[in-house]
Amino acid sequence: MSVILTAVATLGAIGAGSAGILYLISQKFKVEEDPRIQEVQDALPAANCGGCGFPGCAAFAAACVKAESLEELNCPVGGQETMDRVAAILGQTASKTAKKIAVVRCSGTCEERPRLNLYDGATNCSIAAALYGGDTGCSFGCLGLGDCEESCAFDAIHINPETMLPEVVEDKCTACGACVKACPKDIIELRKQGPKSRRIYVSCVNKDKGAVAKKACNVACIGCGKCQQVCPFDAITIENNLAYIDDDKCRLCRKCVVVCPTHSILELHFPPRKETPPPAKEEAANATA
Amino acid sequence: MLKSFHIGGIHPKENKLSAGMAIQPIAVPAQVIIPLSQHIGAPCQPVVKKGDKVKVGTLIGKSVGFVSAQIYSSVSGTVLKIDKAMDASGYKRDAVFIKVEEDEWEEHIDRSEALVTECNLTAKEILDKIAAAGIVGMGGATFPTHVKLTPPPGMKAEVLIINGVECEPYLTSDHQLMMEKSDEILVGITIVMKALNVQKAIIGIENNKKDAVALFTQKAKAYPGIGVQPLKVQYPQGGEKQLIDALTGRQVPSGALPISVGAVVQNVGTLFAVYEAVQKNKPLVERVVTVTGKEVQRPCNLRARIGTPLTTLIDAAGGVPESTGKVISGGPMMGKALASIDIPVTKGTSGILIVPTLEAKRKAMKDCIRCGKCVQVCPMGLNPTLLMTLTEYEVWDRAEKNAITDCIECGSCSYTCPADRPLLDYIRLGKGKVNGIIRARKN
Repeated sequence: MSVILTAVATLGAIGAGSAGILYLISQKFKVEEDPRIQEVQDALPAANCGGCGFPGCAAFAAACVKAESLEELNCPVGGQETMDRVAAILGQTASKTAKKIAVVRCSGTCEERPRLNLYDGATNCSIAAALYGGDTGCSFGCLGLGDCEESCAFDAIHINPETMLPEVVEDKCTACGACVKACPKDIIELRKQGPKSRRIYVSCVNKDKGAVAKKACNVACIGCGKCQQVCPFDAITIENNLAYIDDDKCRLCRKCVVVCPTHSILELHFPPRKETPPPAKEEAANATA
Repeated sequence: MLKSFHIGGIHPKENKLSAGMAIQPIAVPAQVIIPLSQHIGAPCQPVVKKGDKVKVGTLIGKSVGFVSAQIYSSVSGTVLKIDKAMDASGYKRDAVFIKVEEDEWEEHIDRSEALVTECNLTAKEILDKIAAAGIVGMGGATFPTHVKLTPPPGMKAEVLIINGVECEPYLTSDHQLMMEKSDEILVGITIVMKALNVQKAIIGIENNKKDAVALFTQKAKAYPGIGVQPLKVQYPQGGEKQLIDALTGRQVPSGALPISVGAVVQNVGTLFAVYEAVQKNKPLVERVVTVTGKEVQRPCNLRARIGTPLTTLIDAAGGVPESTGKVISGGPMMGKALASIDIPVTKGTSGILIVPTLEAKRKAMKDCIRCGKCVQVCPMGLNPTLLMTLTEYEVWDRAEKNAITDCIECGSCSYTCPADRPLLDYIRLGKGKVNGIIRARKN
């Protein structure tokens, strides 16, 4: 009987002693963590997508608490609502950021952009892009092998098997920018979603001279400059035979869309025009919607 | 037992259909397109403009930067334009378009066939001449030769290794060149030996070219310090590091250059170009190209001016067969499938291989069965299946630790994989990414 008692007493003493040491050490080396970090983290969407530029929501929360102002910080997934909540926790004001969305700047469907050769390699855009300019005459356009689809954590971008172009699911896209990084051709861009999702953009990234671009693809931007001339807000620049619409300056007047001879400028979610619009463009707009 | 490298290796079917076909010059085409980037390194700056008259051997692209090589006109005529044109890279890049008129050569070029063995130039003068002639590695890698012949400070070459292996199946351009221009190549070797100040040179020739081995063994007797070594028929025997291993028993350390074990490797085609540049003042304006394939009517070895359209060469071999599924620039192992055959011959075009549809199709990728065949055949001792997985999941730090940058892109892993996995495609992608990360870290 005494053996049992001795054992219980000894173990009990060791246990109590160890607990005491652990308590002292934990007190000595205690890391003071700002409780607000956890609060901010709880307010975040927990998508851990990296769209904010930090490795996950926890790191972003820590950065928010540490930062003096929230100006440069933005959670693209949570949007304005989340950032306002974060600002309220921290007693600061969130900067007003317009909601962005990924747009695919290529309309070269199989019909518009004929395939000249057959790619038979690994199904991976980066590998194909390292090998050659692509299976069409346009070496800037979409390869259609789906690196963007693979990179999307929100199931928001899919390759349409008919057009072989990616299509963004607007309700799901959080503008985290993963697809922008994944695309070796730099075709996908984050643009302002615009009021009622209305937006206008040049759906082409071909920098070849006009005739070469047009030969490769019916809906290529040929850099003619008509849109630039007609734009009343000075929002369009032309560089390397390619037009670009600055979404900060664009006021969605749609004048450029009408004058574009190759229908490479797309308008999304606008009500139908009073005059009869060119039918081809409407289809293209629907296809990328 | 023949010498060979010690790790990995495969033996694909040789298919040297054009072996023994004499090198035929093909007619100068009506127009040439000479790309301004035909080498590894910085592209050249054009020094001609539209309307300029050029002769064969007129400088048209000036090299910028240390790793770069001059580009000369391969024809005489008028410059039509400087514009983007597709080349073997599959992208449109700057090129000089020249309309051919007559065939006038620059006066200082010696066009006689006479062999000039005497060379009284100093090492520096030889290197300058090689650099001025725009010579690059003719085996296909197109690394500027003068850069390779200038060892980094503190390093000294001990042995010159001549690559007459031609381990790529189908290709025979080096073999045929060795048979027809053996004396010129040997003089070229003595010149490069002088430039490097080495006393020893070994010519490595794969043993499927017994006639070349015999010819060089007999002729090399007249040249002190030059030896000939027949090698086992094994791919990639002609890889730089593999060849050094086979001939000297030395292993180039991971990430190091061959010069670190005292070896400099040059292809026989390069040595012939060196001979012509130093002894005949002839810049690199033409090269030997093998046009071959199982269904090709007349597989042949052609001497073509740089800038000649591939279609002209293919026509000379009997045209594109109906069964064609793929056209490859280079050999079947390391060559590159072309997106279009409307591209010009460049300094690195060692062959044009036309593959019938049945053989061209790649099989669908299946899951890795962990058989380890790729590990067994990798001549660099890497683990290809691991490197592919690391690339797929973008684990760059581990890829770097597993020496992805040592891959020589020989394709033995993809060739041998029973699950038809595109191992090399992924490894090449990962290698590029990791190299980029390493460069960014250095800066």
